[in-house]
Order: sequence, then structure tokens, then C-alpha cells
Amino acid sequence: MEKKQKVSWKHNSIVKAVGTQRLVAILALLVLILFFSIASASFRQYTTFVSILDASYYIGFMAIGICFAIITGGIDLSIGTVLVCSSLISGTLFVRSGFPMWICLLIGIAIGILFGLVNGLMISKMGLPPFVATLGSMMVSKAIGSIFTSAQSITWPQATQPGGWFRNIFKINITSASGSQILIPTGFILLILCAIIMSVVLNKTRTGRYILALGSNKEATRLSGVNVDKYQTIAFVFSGMFAGVAGLAYGAIYSTLLPGAGSGFEMDAIASVVIGGTSMAGGVGTIFGTIIGVYIMAVLKTGLPFIGLMNYWQQFFTGIVLIFAVFVDVFNKRKKN
Amino acid sequence: METEGEKVGEVILTMKEIDKSFIGVHALNKVNFELKKGEVHALMGENGAGKSTLMKVLTGIYSKDAGTITYEGKEVEYTNPHESQQAGIAIVHQELNMMNHLTVAQNIFIGREFMNGKLINDRKMNEEAIKLFQKLNIEIDPAETMGNLTVGKQQMCEIAKAISKEAKVIVFDEPTAALTDSEIDELFKIIRDLRAKEIGIIYISHRMDEIKVITDRVTVMRDGEYVGTLISGDCTKEDIINMMVGRVIYEEPKSKSNVAEGAEVVLEVKNLCAGRMVKDVSFQLHRGEILGFAGLMGAGRTETARAIFGADRLESGEIYINGEKVEIKTPEDAVRHGIGYLSEDRKRYGLVIDKTIAANTTMATLDKFLKKSKLIDSKKENEAAQKYVDQLKTKTPGVTVPVGNLSGGNQQKVVIGKWLVRNSDILIFDEPTRGIDVGAKSEIYHLMNELAKEGKAIIMISSELPEVLRMSDRIVVMCEGRKTGEFGIEEASQEKIMHVATLRE
Repeated sequence: MEKKQKVSWKHNSIVKAVGTQRLVAILALLVLILFFSIASASFRQYTTFVSILDASYYIGFMAIGICFAIITGGIDLSIGTVLVCSSLISGTLFVRSGFPMWICLLIGIAIGILFGLVNGLMISKMGLPPFVATLGSMMVSKAIGSIFTSAQSITWPQATQPGGWFRNIFKINITSASGSQILIPTGFILLILCAIIMSVVLNKTRTGRYILALGSNKEATRLSGVNVDKYQTIAFVFSGMFAGVAGLAYGAIYSTLLPGAGSGFEMDAIASVVIGGTSMAGGVGTIFGTIIGVYIMAVLKTGLPFIGLMNYWQQFFTGIVLIFAVFVDVFNKRKKN
Repeated sequence: METEGEKVGEVILTMKEIDKSFIGVHALNKVNFELKKGEVHALMGENGAGKSTLMKVLTGIYSKDAGTITYEGKEVEYTNPHESQQAGIAIVHQELNMMNHLTVAQNIFIGREFMNGKLINDRKMNEEAIKLFQKLNIEIDPAETMGNLTVGKQQMCEIAKAISKEAKVIVFDEPTAALTDSEIDELFKIIRDLRAKEIGIIYISHRMDEIKVITDRVTVMRDGEYVGTLISGDCTKEDIINMMVGRVIYEEPKSKSNVAEGAEVVLEVKNLCAGRMVKDVSFQLHRGEILGFAGLMGAGRTETARAIFGADRLESGEIYINGEKVEIKTPEDAVRHGIGYLSEDRKRYGLVIDKTIAANTTMATLDKFLKKSKLIDSKKENEAAQKYVDQLKTKTPGVTVPVGNLSGGNQQKVVIGKWLVRNSDILIFDEPTRGIDVGAKSEIYHLMNELAKEGKAIIMISSELPEVLRMSDRIVVMCEGRKTGEFGIEEASQEKIMHVATLRE
């Protein structure tokens, strides 16, 4: 009996698993943008658009990285302080020690990778719970940043100053012939590029596959002959690496890094990841969903002042959105069972 | 010996005189097992007979202390499951080892993905999976998320995975426990296909009727020892049962019931239904009685106890205590009605391991140990704990010692103490002497008898038949969620109990 078995490509496990939540997230983003656009005329300007994008870079890079750590079922509390630490150190090397800018950029990323490696090894080889391990490295990186700069803040060079070219990676400022300023958000292109690359890594390479697998069932993956320690470590290296990149983005947009800052940044990244449909339990998640989550956060952050609400309201609404997003996820799972 | 019309293959696997001990437990004692190509060979025995241990030794999860394993003519010793897998020995576990968030194809080919340069070729994986399924006459969408499949289909994926690894020996551990009847038929079809392909199959199961249908030979183990091998077609259920339980019991079974004539019914359960494991269970429990609950693992005894105790949701049925109907929705309700439950896994469910004996003893009655200020009265707590330590002869330097420091038997006594403080009249003991040394066992038995004499009513769930026969006044037997037998102690025997413990609908 000949029967051609149909394979439904639309049944992609990732799409199915995150489908509903992603849809809700995209809708939420559109609703938010609509809301603010209607509520405030000044919101509907190009400069606002650029502000939203500006705010999205450092959160976006952090979120892409920590997405991998969360998919393994873990968490990385250190990304905020590692962002600041790596940016402080690499910034100091430029401003005070005269290192060439491109080397400083690479060092910033390398510091992130280093912390990620330490986190990964603590968690996989030493068996420390991710919460505890990254809480520890959070505190350590906070201190190291201060120690290195002798508790002084660092200001990255402006676009017109020597070395300031690095800002163009994230934002290009062109003065047109008529004298008006045009801002080109190159950082957005970089962020989307990274998102695409990391999405391919997650879904199409063995590294990403094994990270998803170990997040779904670590023991089964181990028994299948996969080196789970290695891939769990890699997930945290990604997390740290993108914290390093985020540090550069932060320097490009906000210029000044204060030692002792950083804790709290990771919350925005984690919220983005969760709102975007990645489960804290591990095993499932998408970069695309994470980016949607990042922009929900960025729109909230930028839009609230336009309707007269101060920054603390942003935290309030973020919390509500987060709870709602997780609730949708849990509700769907309950329905399935 | 050859059965007519059966193609008898050559021997592919021999396990000879396998010996394995853990601390204090001689798990495998000179066990023999032989498997031929194209044979379905059942491995049977009670809980604790050593079947799982034998398989773990085969696949390299455990190392053997003595004996030889010969596979495909060569002597082998595997040090980890990966090695045995590479050699072609696969196990389909009872609890499937799957990554539920990945697709079927991704699960099957984990670790051996088809690549397109540096990227995974999911399309090819799906195609290869379909080819695999066609070989086995299975219909499953390889792009489906594993977690969305029924257990039966997940199991078929595990089988497909084993075949794709060119397994020559496949071990099935209780494969039909979670399957529907039609799924079982499908599974048997697949097993027959595998047999035709000369794959050797080890079939671990309690289900007598299946043994006759699908297996060629059956090997029985008992208490870590090899008892014998029979030809499935030639033997009867009784033959197998006799081999499973035919041990010499050193202690005398209880000769007659200690329950007084006309003793009142303290607990009555009618038509209890809860989940998959408790199907229409009814029984009575009398004052001063020890009611033994016998059966194999998965029979539903613990689930029945938990339903009575309010730990799991009761779907339907009635509970009467001292003649009055009661509603038990949570353990709190049960405790209020005088029921105490000593769970199977005391470390997980019976004790708070880091806390002191005193704290654990008063855990169910803390409201009686509060000062006027609502703070805990440690002095009173310690006194109560000491009282029971003395009464139960718990070996401990003091009551402020964490219970984690005590031996298994003494830990059990602390749990008993907890329920005595509560004055529970109905006590449910779930595997009370598991993991306890012989000396402590006798003490627990003595304690149970004393409690029964005092007028408490006891349900004792146990998988050890000698224990059930020694302690019970009456015995209830369950099989796969149903009550399949009830005996007074005078008429009970190991064989009778095992017969109904394996009695499926």
C-alpha cells in the first residue's frame, strides 16, 4: 500500500510552540505604537522614532545574548553589570591609556566573553545554580569596573572627536545641505543583522540545536551522547559576549558610564525575552520574539514621557505587560494538558 | 529447544554468572541470561527482583562485580550507555527520554544531524525520518513537536531511533504500561517486524497475557537470583508465578487474624476513582486490623492511599469514617479526620530532612505547641518529641538532632511519632520497611502490632510478599488500578496473591 506521507513544513516546532505568544506580542507592539501616536502628536515624529531605536540597542543586544542562557533553563543576572564593566574598562583604555579605538571595541567584547565563560563553567562544571552563579559574577563585575577606573566615570568620545567614529556603527549624524540634522539609525541594522545571524545559529546549527535540546531535557540530551557541559557553557558565553556588545552600544548612545551602575539593566533584557515568548523553563524560544519584546520595552520607555508619565510608570507598565505575557504562556500550556 | 515453525537464530548475547552488590544489598547473584537473534525473550520478576539492575549492567550504567557478558561472540564490558549504544544495544525506557520541545526528526537524529555545510539540514532529516518510519510501517509526521504526540507514538519514535542506530538488541522496559489496546497491537506488529529482521528483543513486563502472545521464551528472576527459563508456548501462568514467588519464607506467615469478631468498621471506601490509577476501588478497614495492600509497582496502591488522604484529587467515590460520610479534599481534611499517611519516600514526602527530630515530630500538630504569644514553644516541642523517642526506642543522641543524621529505620520512627502526636486512629503505611535494615524492620513490625493492639486501624502497602503475609490480618490485592483480590490471612498465599496481582481485565 503506497502512501505518500505529507510533511507539513508549517508545523515547525518553534513556530508552533511560540506561535500564540508571538502573535500576542506583535499585536501588543502595534497597539502600543498606535496608542502613543494617537495620544500625543509630538510622539509621531522622526526624532521620537530615533529615540525608540536608540533605547533599543543596548537592551536588544543583551536580550539576544541572554535568550540563549534562558533557553537552557537558566538565567544570567550579570549581563547588566558586565555591560557596564566591559564598557568602563574598554572606555578607560581609550581615554586614559590611549589604546586605538578598534582594539578597545574588541576588548570590550572580549571582557563580556570572559565573564560568560566563567559563568558557563561555574554552572556546567561546578554545578552552581545559574541564579547564584550569575548573582556572584554580577557583584564581582560591578566591583571590577569600579576598581579598574578608580571609581571614576568614563565618557566615550563624541562623533567629532578622535576615535568617535565608532558611534557611526550605531548612529550616523548627517547635516544636510539645508542645515537640518538627519539621524541614520545604523545600530538598528546591526541589531537586526545580529538577530538574523543568532536566529540561524539557534535554529540551524548544531550549537543552537543542542542548546535547545538541553533546555528541553538535559539528561536525555546527555544520554544521546551530546556534551551538555560544553553547550551550556556556550550559551552563557553568548550571553556575556552580547553584554559586551551592548556595552559599546550604550557608550555610543549615552556616552557616559558610571561605575556601580548596571544592575537593573538585565531586568529589561529578561522582560523582553519573556514577553517575546521564550519560556523560563527552557527548551523553547525565538530571537524574533525577543526582538519584538525589546521594542515593546523600548516603546514603553520612550513613549510614556510623551503622555506625561514619569519614568517610574514605565517600570509599572513593564511589570504588567510581563505578567500578562507569562500568563498567556501558562494559560496555553494548561489548556494543552 | 525449538518450537515448530520458528526460525531459531544463533545466540547473540550471553550474560553468565553476573554478580552485583551495592552497600548492604546483593542485587544480582550469579544471574544468567541468554538471547538469540530474532527472539523475543521476556524477563520477569517481582519488584526488586533485579531486572532493571541486570539491564543497567548490560548497558554500562552499572559495572558488574563478577561474571561475563558475551555479545556477538566477543566478551564485552561497557563503561557507559553511549558505548553500548554504539555497539548496537538499545533500551526503550519506561519513562521516555525525549526532548519534548524538539520535533520528532530532531529527537531521532540528535547528535547525528544531517548537515549542509555548517548548517543543519532539517529537510533531509525529515526525509530520512519518513524513510525510517516506512520501514517500520509507522505513520508519524517527523516535523511534529515531540511533546504533542501520545505516549504510544513517542514510544514508536524511540523504537525508530534505536533502529536507526542499527540496534541488534533492543530492551523494552514495561513497554505497554501506558498504551491503549490499539497502540499495543501496533507495538506488537512492530516487534514482529523487528523479530523478522533478526533483532534480539528483551521484553520486561508484568503482563502474563502478553508474554504468551509475543514472546518466545521467558526468564524469571527472584530476589536477585536467576530462577529459570521457560518456553512461552509451553508453560502456564502458574508455572511462571511459582518461579516468581517460590521462595522459602523464614518467618511464619501470620496464622490467623488478630481482629476481634464484630470489630467496627473504622474506614470504608466505596467506588473510589482517581486519575488513571484508581478505578472503582472499594474496601473496609476494621479497628485493630492490619490490612495489607499487595500488588506490583504501578498497581495503584499509593495512588489509592493518596486519594483517601486528600493528597490527590478524588474524581468520584465515597469515604466513610466510623460510619459517617466525610469530604476529604486536602490532607488537612484527612488529618482532621484522624488519618495519618506515612509515604513511600519518607525523605521526600515524610520528613523535612534538615530540621530536627522535634520539629518533624510536631509538624502535623504545631498549633498545639504554641505559646500564648503564638510563637513556637520549643520546650514543649522537645518534651513531646522525647516522649516518642523513648516510646518508639528511636536511636538518637537527642531530639535536637537533624533527622537527616538518623538511619532509615529511625527516620521512619520519627515519622510514626509525628502521627502518634496527632492521635491518628487510621494509619496508612506505604512501604514502611523499604530501605531499612533487618534489625530495624523487626522493630517497625513490633510497633505496628502494638499500635493495632491499642485499637488503631492500619493499612500497610507493601511490595514484599513475605512481609504482607507476616503482618496482615487481611489482604487486598490491586492490579493496574483495580482491586483484583481480597483474602483473609488464613487463606492467603504468595501464589494466590501473585495470581491476582497480575490479573488484567
